[in-house]
Amino acid sequence: MSAHGPARQWRDALAKGRFLLQRVRSSGAVIFPPRLAEPGVGDEGWDWIEAGGMGTVHSVTVIGGRPPEPPYNVVLVDLDEEARMMSRVDGIAADEVRIGMRVRARIVEEDGTPLIVFEPVR
Amino acid sequence: MSGGHFPRGKASIAGLATFGLGEQPGWTSIELAARAGLDAIADAGMRLGQVDGLFVCLPDDVLGGLSLAEYFGVTPRFTDCNRTGGSAFMSHVATAVTMLEAGYIETALIAYGSNQRSGGGKLSTPVKSNAYEAPYRPLFPLSSYALAAARHMHEFGTTREQLAAVAVAARGWANTNPEAFATGPLTIADVVGSRMLSSPLSAKDCCLVTDGAAAIVLTRTDRARDCPQPLVPVLGAAAATWHNAISQMPDLTTTAAAESGPRAYTMAGIGPANVDVVQLYDAFTINTILFLEDLGFCPKGEGGRFVEDGRIAPGGTLPVNTNGGGLSCCHPGMYGLFAIVEAARQLRGQAANQIPGADVALAHGNGGALSSQATVILGSAATL
Repeated sequence: MSAHGPARQWRDALAKGRFLLQRVRSSGAVIFPPRLAEPGVGDEGWDWIEAGGMGTVHSVTVIGGRPPEPPYNVVLVDLDEEARMMSRVDGIAADEVRIGMRVRARIVEEDGTPLIVFEPVR
Repeated sequence: MSGGHFPRGKASIAGLATFGLGEQPGWTSIELAARAGLDAIADAGMRLGQVDGLFVCLPDDVLGGLSLAEYFGVTPRFTDCNRTGGSAFMSHVATAVTMLEAGYIETALIAYGSNQRSGGGKLSTPVKSNAYEAPYRPLFPLSSYALAAARHMHEFGTTREQLAAVAVAARGWANTNPEAFATGPLTIADVVGSRMLSSPLSAKDCCLVTDGAAAIVLTRTDRARDCPQPLVPVLGAAAATWHNAISQMPDLTTTAAAESGPRAYTMAGIGPANVDVVQLYDAFTINTILFLEDLGFCPKGEGGRFVEDGRIAPGGTLPVNTNGGGLSCCHPGMYGLFAIVEAARQLRGQAANQIPGADVALAHGNGGALSSQATVILGSAATL
């Protein structure tokens, strides 16, 4: 597995249905997107961990979409592990996504590629 | 905060020019940049062959410095294609000034030109969303700024009307600037009611797509004193980078201008209260609000309320983007150099909307997704 860089390892895991994050052993910091070393520190002692998948919408924008395509949302999600990622919240009208909303990740396939999206936790 | 060593006032802007702001059909980007470059060299009373430091961005040519050197037939001792986005030109100033002071170069030309309006009508840039963002189809770069704006509204109660006030102020300045592309009446309701592109930012919250070129010539101040134009010494120049992609921005409501600004102030030996005229890279209305806060003109979170009553518009107490900015004057893809030119014109007493007695001007550049921030502080001869 170490033959590939962290980005490829992460992508390969995603293709197998696993949403991974990196956790630094000494500081406990969680890293996303994948890197060789802890940002700002350079600590290379980290392990892959399975993301719990729970998060909170940190910000949201709704993009008009060009008709007939409907509007869609783009969000920044703060994962409970304290990493932030861009994503989309499905299963709700685009303009009903709110900052502070609790969401749960799932992996979908889009254009033949696995993609992490979120759904509201009701 | 330590500013780092900077040779305050040791180098000056000796020449400047703009060309083709708005629509300039039938010109390539490098022709536009070269036209502004030749005009800036003439403005400095210099000859092309004196240029031995070349700092260039072109919209679609990542080796633009090499291309312009070839086009001009000059052989610079130092060629810089550094592009940190639209803030690149402020970084060029920092590099050029320190190299001039060190004696590494004698005459620096910083140039930019783009035909993006005539050539395609869209923002021309080789930059795009990274692999972790692109699948979600954010509009690049608009949606990144929209995410910051949404968060600012959430945290501080900033309103769309306050964002709109930034665009209305810019239009007010543009209406009396013959160089400005977008003129005519513009109301808060016009901005708020314009087509929503990536909420909360609508079409009139976004900068223009224009053609245009700008150039400046920098040389040591002792040499610039012999040039025909009023002296515009560089008092400080500082750049800061905290992230690239918006999802990695440490705090969506605080930019690295909170670092570049204080460092530039320290170099210049001044604070925000000493700045007579402010030029901010207003790619989107939220930018102006964030930079007013981060550069110390108002407290964090107060930017919306700061701008809502015309304070930065003509007749207000703080003149901001006196040419009309990227929102109403011109935005040929990378605006930073136009902010520097307007700041220098104010200090020369040659601006279309001249602020009487301006002695200190700040030009702030932004690049990427609120990522690269760079602040240049210019003075008049009286500040030396």
